[in-house]
Amino acid sequence: MSAHPGQGRQAGVPRPLIDGIEKVTGRAKYTADLLSGAPLVGRILRSPVAHGRLRGVDVSRAAALPGVRGVVTGADCDMTYGVIPIAQNEYPLARDRVRYVGEPVAAVAAVDEATAQAALDLIVLDIEPLPTYVSARDALAPGAVLLHDNKPGNIEREVRQEFGDVEAGFTAADTVREASFHYAEVTHAQMEPDCSLAQYDPERDLLTLHSTTQVPYYVHLMLAQCLKMDTSRIRVVKPFVGGGFGHRTETLNFELVAGLLARAARGTVRMELSREETQITHRGRPETDVRIRLGARKSGELTAVECEVIQRGGAYAGYGLVTILYAGALLHAIYRMPASRYHGRRVYANTSPCGAMRGHGSVDVRHAFEAVLDELAGALGLDPIAIRQANLLAAPMRTINDLQVNSYGLGECLRRVEEASGWRARHGRLGPGRGLGVGCSHYPSGSAKPVHWTGEPHAVVNLKLDFDGAVCVLTGASDIGQGSSTLIVQVVGEILGLGEERIRVTANDSAITPKDNGSYSSRVSFMVGNAAIAAAQNLKKILVDAAARRLEVSPAEVECLGETYRVAGTDRALDYPGVVAAALEDTGTITAKGTYSTPPETHGGKFRGAAVGTSAGYSYAAQVVEVAVDEDTGMIRVEKVWVAHDCGFAINPLSVEGQVQGSVWMGMGQALYEETQYHLDGRPLRANFLDYRIPTIMDSPPIEVHIVEAKDPGGPLGAKEAGEGSLAGFLPALTNAVREAVGLQLAELPASPDRVLEALQARRRADRNKQTRAR
Amino acid sequence: MKHIVSLVVNGRPREDAVADNMLLLDYLREVAGLTGTKRGCDGGECGACTVLIDGEPRLACITLAASCGGRTIETVEALAAEGRISRLQRAFHEKLGTQCGFCTPGMIMAAEGLLRRNPSPSEAQIRDALSGNICRCTGYVKIIESVQAAAGSE
Repeated sequence: MSAHPGQGRQAGVPRPLIDGIEKVTGRAKYTADLLSGAPLVGRILRSPVAHGRLRGVDVSRAAALPGVRGVVTGADCDMTYGVIPIAQNEYPLARDRVRYVGEPVAAVAAVDEATAQAALDLIVLDIEPLPTYVSARDALAPGAVLLHDNKPGNIEREVRQEFGDVEAGFTAADTVREASFHYAEVTHAQMEPDCSLAQYDPERDLLTLHSTTQVPYYVHLMLAQCLKMDTSRIRVVKPFVGGGFGHRTETLNFELVAGLLARAARGTVRMELSREETQITHRGRPETDVRIRLGARKSGELTAVECEVIQRGGAYAGYGLVTILYAGALLHAIYRMPASRYHGRRVYANTSPCGAMRGHGSVDVRHAFEAVLDELAGALGLDPIAIRQANLLAAPMRTINDLQVNSYGLGECLRRVEEASGWRARHGRLGPGRGLGVGCSHYPSGSAKPVHWTGEPHAVVNLKLDFDGAVCVLTGASDIGQGSSTLIVQVVGEILGLGEERIRVTANDSAITPKDNGSYSSRVSFMVGNAAIAAAQNLKKILVDAAARRLEVSPAEVECLGETYRVAGTDRALDYPGVVAAALEDTGTITAKGTYSTPPETHGGKFRGAAVGTSAGYSYAAQVVEVAVDEDTGMIRVEKVWVAHDCGFAINPLSVEGQVQGSVWMGMGQALYEETQYHLDGRPLRANFLDYRIPTIMDSPPIEVHIVEAKDPGGPLGAKEAGEGSLAGFLPALTNAVREAVGLQLAELPASPDRVLEALQARRRADRNKQTRAR
Repeated sequence: MKHIVSLVVNGRPREDAVADNMLLLDYLREVAGLTGTKRGCDGGECGACTVLIDGEPRLACITLAASCGGRTIETVEALAAEGRISRLQRAFHEKLGTQCGFCTPGMIMAAEGLLRRNPSPSEAQIRDALSGNICRCTGYVKIIESVQAAAGSE
């Protein structure tokens, strides 16, 4: 192997992660691994009750305990925080009111864990209990106590949207089907528990926070806001992060508490949460009720959709208004849809705050839609794949809710899984207790308008080129395991014709790297990828110009081959180190910058909430799931999954496969096993890995991935997202397969054995009653 | 109470005064400075802290350090001790058996324990050996492929 194997293709070829060696050797440093000296131990006292007036927090005995170096309560911070600028209604530490079990109330920093725990035990809370609502129904009931005084009816956000002529649509339909579904709350359960290391320098009034975050920039903003510090006094660093899936897409209370504590203790505090605390911090997918009605003509063409959604959002706003808007917006941009009516309500309740989770806002509604689509197909005598093919979009197009679809590979995805699964020969012919089901899904490649709109470009990447010839990528994009840093190296290498050994990434240190909004809504590949390409093109121009000067030709005559710059059609050439030396000659160290902004036509319509759901590029996925259902135990076994994902262009096909497998599998967890659950008094019942049932390796099927590439004209080298879009389709593919296997439309997910068994028994009882009546 | 515990960690004999209630996980991370071994849960649920004790995969988060006197402990840091990553590490790297990497040290140590007992495991045996290790990123597909690749390369 040559020392500089550049010049070949860098993008479009499978590549291991650039930080994979660190991960497999244990050298990767996650936040809890940063053992800087002997930091103080930070611990949080959490509300034992789900709802109450906080009349007093007495920390006097805790503060007096030897070894305690700092104590903070709600009295130490009167600023609210939150990811949506118009919906910040949460204090880092509760003031006046507690609204869920586990809400932080006070925190201590002490010399060791035992002292910290002893100090927490000395804090006396005076809480006057208020009625607890753990279901949306109870919180919505007339006369319910308001969790937030400015939100009548405990409704955080109500959305009513209507596009096209809905009544005409249903009138034109030959068949209309309606169904209601209930979805349990699920949580991210990323492997790494939450942790922050907060270092406060009292001499200079500087705060450095290392944290387990997907959004260091938002953490930076909220630290400044809640600690009332100038942003320039704060530095935020994201070390290796052990997964996120949305848990870490907004600033979380423990990060702010760590900062407050470090300042109070005038030192360094390590705040390492337990698994239980991490799960209570939550921000996952809300418990959701969906009622959906779809109309179709005999041909299978959809005529209208009507959808009603209630989400139990938990105690605070978080991303809530975005989630409830997504649920309506993403009824669109997957199939032709001439008319739609959406009514969504996001409800406050005394449970952990919900937030963004992989497939944000789209998953439960997508299940309901695709499940009823199969019922329509059955009623019309159409094959489930055929009804989907009857409703494909033709890109470019604009939906009735103003989403701009510029590329669309769903038809190809359906063809691929139909063929791979042997659908035509096997669907409906697997015998009793077995079934094949299909489901489709889609997802934006980043919101065309970010939640925190500043008018700046969506992404900025800087490249530094110095005497050593290494191209150092400076990026704020948060690699949380999805492989974004590797992807950036590949696209930069592709443009410059350099192999990865010439390219380095320095990421996520606010003192060094450009601001980035973070890793969420699948924005990184598309937006940061485009910015990295722009930066590499700018750097290439500098190098070509330098080569031209040195070779005494015009830049247009210089051919860049990566390791060689040549006068086209001749053998006059400079090697890469020579070109770098030439480029540095007059200017010294070179910094090339690239930016990306979404095109204005992708920014959506003018109605309220129109920004949510917009994107410059949508991914598409279709999957077929094969199941075996044991009617005696209610156990569902997934035998195999065939999934096709349209990611535009696979910059790293290995990573795309890994992302798609992970998405499908996470959908399987939600479909079959996972649910948080709360006692009637609001205590979480499954805040651990034994009761929160993540699929183990024993439960997990083979997942065969087919990559479809409907290149997006605006994507980096045509690419779109690959990390979320194929999650939602699993749920309907599973329940559609179960419907074929045992003839049941399950009304509740997860399809845990108890629920399946109960549904089977209910049907047997109903059948018996029918027979009795018939006699 | 503290007691002196003598043990071998990654080939090096150690003697430390260890509190009776100190977990092996905390001993490895805080005393020995071996942070490759991870804490993912509140005790025995996830497998991220899997190490080899006398060659057998064990959970460091539910093992007392004081109970390890006279024993040989191997962590993920031991596998690349001679400056070359092991076949399992190479396979997890090249086959994308690791995404976020947090479960990876435990997953690799559980697989290492398996391959020492059984150099050519079937897929069912791989699944069985890793059934106590949770991964939230991969869906396990590429983890199984990684172990198979490592087993096959011998």
